[in-house]
Amino acid sequence: MEKIETNEQYQQYVNQKSPNSPIFKNCFNAFWVGGLICSIGQLISDFCKFRGCDTETSGAIVAIILIGISAFLTSLNLFNRIGKFAGAGSLVPITGFANSIVSPAIEYKSEGYVMGVGAKMFTVAGPVLVYGISASILVGILYLIFNTQSITLV
Amino acid sequence: MFGVLLLGGIICIIAQILIDKTKITPARILVLFVTLGAVLGGLGVYDYIIDFAGAGATVPILGFGANLAKGAIKGVNESGLLGAFTGGIKAAARWNFCCCVLWLHCFFGCKT
Repeated sequence: MEKIETNEQYQQYVNQKSPNSPIFKNCFNAFWVGGLICSIGQLISDFCKFRGCDTETSGAIVAIILIGISAFLTSLNLFNRIGKFAGAGSLVPITGFANSIVSPAIEYKSEGYVMGVGAKMFTVAGPVLVYGISASILVGILYLIFNTQSITLV
Repeated sequence: MFGVLLLGGIICIIAQILIDKTKITPARILVLFVTLGAVLGGLGVYDYIIDFAGAGATVPILGFGANLAKGAIKGVNESGLLGAFTGGIKAAARWNFCCCVLWLHCFFGCKT
């Protein structure tokens, strides 16, 4: 093996060695798994509306059931396999968010309940909540100033 | 039903392409999508998308961001500037209820 001296050479070496991810296959898997999860959500929400819940309540019920299922699958170590197969297909729906909370909680349980479970639980979910809530505050302030939700102003 | 599958799938494809083609980590994609969802929700675009695709729009993490923004706007309508700060968190509190399920699960349910 020749000697690697510059950053560019190293980058070339890395590119040579790292496997090419089959992007079309990944995208196809992500598409149908993601679509399937959303369809399950739609089925649950339709059922709730059929039983007489309003839109907000049925949305909450959908989220609770999907989060419950994915937390259960995570603790059985099955969600990792789905994630490996589907990539973003299981990451982007609310299931991925639940998995990102439960899986570090299980992993760091041996470090104790406060600094282990309590702190590590939000390594991924923390930033998501911080940026989401910050953005919502900004949206609220902008709405207060312009007093409209229409696109034409922005 | 077809719209649900289509939109949910397309959002996942966009994320998959971002993962494969750029150096963005999955955690950053979640942050990016939540922020994007809040922006779309704030512009009022997301309501139309939900009308079209139902759970295909609310189940992906974009829907969470849109929900936060919607809560903030509702808060502003109810109580002015203070509502901008409390509204989003109120909307998130509904999801916190889901998280309570998770916490109980993590503390008592799972075996190491």
